[in-house]
Amino acid sequence: MAFKLDVDKVPYSVERINRGTERIKRGFAAMQKGGVIMDVTDAEQARIAEEAGAVAVMALERVPADIRAQGGVARMSDPTKIEEIIDAVTIPVMAKARIGHFVEAQILQELGVDMIDESEVLTPADPFYHIDKEQFTVPFVCGARNLGEALRRIFEGAAMIRTKGEAGTGNVIEAVRHQRMIMKEIHQIGNMDDEELFAYSREIQAPFELVKEVAELQRLPVVNFAAGGIATPADAALMMQLGSDGVFVGSGIFKSQNPEKMARAIVEAVHNYDDPAILAKVSRGLGEPMKGLEIDSLDTHLQERGW
Amino acid sequence: MKVAVIGIQGDVYEHIRMTEQAMEELGISGEVVWARRKEHLQGADAVILPGGESTTISKRLKGSGMHEALREMASEGVGIMGTCAGCILLAKEGDDEVYKTGTELLGIMDMEVDRNAFGRQRESFETELDVEGIGTVNAVFIRAPAILRTWGDCRIISEFEGKGVAAVQGKHMALAFHPELTSDTRLHRYFLERVLNG
Repeated sequence: MAFKLDVDKVPYSVERINRGTERIKRGFAAMQKGGVIMDVTDAEQARIAEEAGAVAVMALERVPADIRAQGGVARMSDPTKIEEIIDAVTIPVMAKARIGHFVEAQILQELGVDMIDESEVLTPADPFYHIDKEQFTVPFVCGARNLGEALRRIFEGAAMIRTKGEAGTGNVIEAVRHQRMIMKEIHQIGNMDDEELFAYSREIQAPFELVKEVAELQRLPVVNFAAGGIATPADAALMMQLGSDGVFVGSGIFKSQNPEKMARAIVEAVHNYDDPAILAKVSRGLGEPMKGLEIDSLDTHLQERGW
Repeated sequence: MKVAVIGIQGDVYEHIRMTEQAMEELGISGEVVWARRKEHLQGADAVILPGGESTTISKRLKGSGMHEALREMASEGVGIMGTCAGCILLAKEGDDEVYKTGTELLGIMDMEVDRNAFGRQRESFETELDVEGIGTVNAVFIRAPAILRTWGDCRIISEFEGKGVAAVQGKHMALAFHPELTSDTRLHRYFLERVLNG
């Protein structure tokens, strides 16, 4: 016999309250706009990020630069670490699950993580599929290098897109490449009629309805952040001027010489991204930024994970 | 009429779009500006504090001088509406989370708020809600605050699960939820009308 809920015994009618709707997921992402989301590995770093004005933190065991340096399989963080970070701050806490690893995502949702990053920074778990994100109450953010990839992720239920960039390098070129690529494709389809859009959607392997929606909106239907290689206030402002809604900073803060100062400066730079006078002021005397890597020198290109 | 939407962080664009539409429906001529600096507030008849992260927005309000400017404007009769994070910032008193994070409240409305009163994102929800003077609206709550109590001229105009989720005081209006994430302009129109009619 099917379980029957006694409506009189619950505090509100189950018909009347909806969780995990597309509006709530995308709405959460909209609240992050104009903000900086910082990678943190412990409670102390999380507090520094909150104090500096981060809109959210990304809880990780190791920042991408260390994952890159140390090698091995990179997985979801230890729940103890994530809980410690959740307890330390009042701003939203995000965490990463491996591409396709829906059980890691289930665990993160259970822990109370506010948004899950299905991330190429971790070692992919499924050679065929990304996570079916519609099945979750919490929203997801996913990386993309071009419009087709972004729309495939949105079709799967992603509430937010970020450029993949090349994480852990402190080198902004790949984030710029991906942002420019997406913008170029959005502009390109602006003047296409339905037949052309249909052909284009097949070419980029994205659902026609989403391609048509983007052509009309002239932007992605969800919030679009920059990520992967942002290391300085100027990098952050560059991505904002290129049309990003906000930025993720991974290794760039806690691999710099003076994380507190760098964190504050990057937040200031995002809020004043079009004011060179303020950008000049906040870029002063930050100490050494993370050293960074040339893309050509890399053994592993994290951006090539996922499709 | 000039309406300034505080454009530091959060769903600023959504509020601008809603306000423009509400003005058009009411036949009010004027402009809606994206206020990122103090000078953008000059001459505004109404101000909207959007949703976002209250800790982040409060720091920038202080750093940019907009904190003091808004307090002064409110005392000079400019109406201010805050949604979610904006609702928190309008309050005179907050809970432990507000003080722990060093959030500086604007202290414009006689009310006490509880940040993240309905839980984390997992618990965020939308529901039909009755708002006094407006009717039933689809209310979107995202890591939303609640209005625990009011005093003086501040009055709760909507409750959910026994907690205040909307309040008015003079021309000011605080909402724990996000009308700007729906296509229903009634709450924005209600605010603009309060501003116009004093």
